[in-house]
Amino acid sequence: MRHTISVLVENEFGVLSRISGLFSGRGFNIESLSVAETIDPETSRMTIVTRGNEQIIEQIKKQLNKLINVIKVVDHAMEQSVERELILVKVNAESEMRAEILRVVDIFRARVIDLTPKSYTIEMTGDEGKVTALVEMLRPMGIKEIARTGKIAMGRGAKGL
Amino acid sequence: MKKTGAQILLESLKLEGVDILFGYPGGAVLDIYNELFDFPIKHILVRHEQAAVHAADGYARATGRAGACLVTSGPGATNTVTGIATAYMDSIPVVIFSGQVPSALIGNDAFQEADIVGITRPCTKHNYLVKDVTQLARIIKEAFYIATTGRPGPVLVDIPKDILQAQADFHYPEKVKMRSYNPNYEGHHGQVAKAVKLIMKAEKPVVYAGGGVVLSNAAEELTEFSRLLNIPTTTTLMGLGGFPEDDDLALGMLGMHGTYRANMAVTHCDLLIAVGARFDDRVTGKLEHFAAGAKIIHIDIDPTSISKNVKVDVPIVGDVRDVLQKLIKSVAEEDIENFKKTLAPWNKEAAEWKATYPLAYKQKKGVIKPQYVVEKISELAGDDAIISTEVGQNQMWTAQYYKFKKPRTFLTSGGLGTMGYGFPAAIGAQAAYPDRLVIDIAGDGSIQMNIQELATVMQYRLPVKIAILNNHFLGMVRQWQELFYDKRYSSTCMQVQPDFVKLAEAYGAKGLRAKKHEDVEKVIKEAFATEGPVLMEFIVDQEEDVYPMVPAGKSISEMLLV
Repeated sequence: MRHTISVLVENEFGVLSRISGLFSGRGFNIESLSVAETIDPETSRMTIVTRGNEQIIEQIKKQLNKLINVIKVVDHAMEQSVERELILVKVNAESEMRAEILRVVDIFRARVIDLTPKSYTIEMTGDEGKVTALVEMLRPMGIKEIARTGKIAMGRGAKGL
Repeated sequence: MKKTGAQILLESLKLEGVDILFGYPGGAVLDIYNELFDFPIKHILVRHEQAAVHAADGYARATGRAGACLVTSGPGATNTVTGIATAYMDSIPVVIFSGQVPSALIGNDAFQEADIVGITRPCTKHNYLVKDVTQLARIIKEAFYIATTGRPGPVLVDIPKDILQAQADFHYPEKVKMRSYNPNYEGHHGQVAKAVKLIMKAEKPVVYAGGGVVLSNAAEELTEFSRLLNIPTTTTLMGLGGFPEDDDLALGMLGMHGTYRANMAVTHCDLLIAVGARFDDRVTGKLEHFAAGAKIIHIDIDPTSISKNVKVDVPIVGDVRDVLQKLIKSVAEEDIENFKKTLAPWNKEAAEWKATYPLAYKQKKGVIKPQYVVEKISELAGDDAIISTEVGQNQMWTAQYYKFKKPRTFLTSGGLGTMGYGFPAAIGAQAAYPDRLVIDIAGDGSIQMNIQELATVMQYRLPVKIAILNNHFLGMVRQWQELFYDKRYSSTCMQVQPDFVKLAEAYGAKGLRAKKHEDVEKVIKEAFATEGPVLMEFIVDQEEDVYPMVPAGKSISEMLLV
């Protein structure tokens, strides 16, 4: 089963490789990982999407907690949470297709952030399903390039991490 | 007053109570060695950096305090990796200080540069690259704190040369404050209560005790607990010494080369009480059959050890000693006499297993049996002797035939299985306890992996005794080839060997050799009576095997007995 795990870490030298090394060394898989500083410059927050049965996920969480630089681990599969991902898509946009692409952009509430006579670069955020749907809608036009951030997640409600 | 990084390091070590530093100098650590020249910490110059870590590890296992070692950058640091991985697998508190090229050169492929922090990340509990001399004291404090608390382990501190030369005010922190590391020692009362309920309902309980008992200094509590309830107790390789082998409840070691009675008891028990053990594959054999009909209570300080291999019924995260104390207290309120009565048939069954297949070997006339050598050493060494082993048959025979009675008297590489560990580990233990008898029980293969340390024991007059069980084979590998590879002894025969007696003499040590059964006792006695280091060579039966043996992948009740 798929899990989205948020990990609050000390913002220290090498911490990313400690986490990624833990996953590779123990044969856990990472589907996506995103990381950036939090409001406290001394900590970073990672969101890791991983897969495994109950026992493996339990081990992943315990092993993450065991790392000295890890402050907190939260498994979002176990609680109500919101999840988002950002995607940039560079798509072919020759004259006859330009209007159609813009309609898709509009329907998905995405934005064109760069354009040339031959292409659009589109930005959109959404949950995974929406991001995948956008890609599928644009695929027939000819996608030149995509970049996705991987998922980030946050628990619902007033409580912080 | 300002101090240099090198001075800060040594002052900090002194405040940490480090009395001996095992090390090897080099360009990147010249500043430290310059300060060490007249600093009140003893330095033991090993002959290979791997031995420095093993010695610090042996020191730690024997004393219970963190061992410390010091090496230079590049090859000095990479040579420590096997030692670090060894300490990591067995949860031994060691702090490794490595020199690093100057900060400005890091990443430039400078002379003797290696990314040792990157290399050791997966085999240390934690590691540091010091980037600012003002942080050095705090990092050293944290390094010792992390190494010795929670589930112990090695911590490496990598210090660039310019940091050693830079100056800063020196304040050694009194306390460590880390928001991300706060190990829990207290076993949860609710879980303890659940465990007590399970225990009191059991009719065939077994205690399965691991290295955690030794590490948390809980041997007394374990013994008290088992005796209080009459529960048969088996120890893992790492747990040896944690329970007196001469006790009636002692089942001996379990697992691949465990005793018949230990493996049978675990297979047939209805409750397994795992204490500071981690269900290693060499212990469990085929997992599905390991204590298959039993409920399991698992006490461990490391939550990752719990339900990693085997799903347990009552996990208790906490220090083994604390939890055992709580269990003893709670159990005392139950009807112990009645419980013991219920256990009587089970105790009888365990005794019968012991009588059916005790550990045994066939004595041949004149030929030295390796097991006999270990038995004799056990008989003559006394309860306070510290025994280290290498890895392979020598290690298993020692585990089976040496009667360990006290914790911290047995030093062996259990998890990583590092050949070459025993001799330097013995050096570390001997350096800590100059007046105790320290013996490395070795094979002819393993001893050659760190034989150069004979120079170290001579230089520091460390009276370590080495007992080589020489079968001219890499015996354990040969045994597997014999049993599972049609006796095709591929590269396991040591066709050329040094004359070990002459080799010892070349270093200035005493060398003794026994070729016949009758000579064994005499040689051991002479070695023990000699003041300095002695190397004993026993020419043993070449194709003797370690039994019982559970073939890899089989259930532990399926033992080859002869």
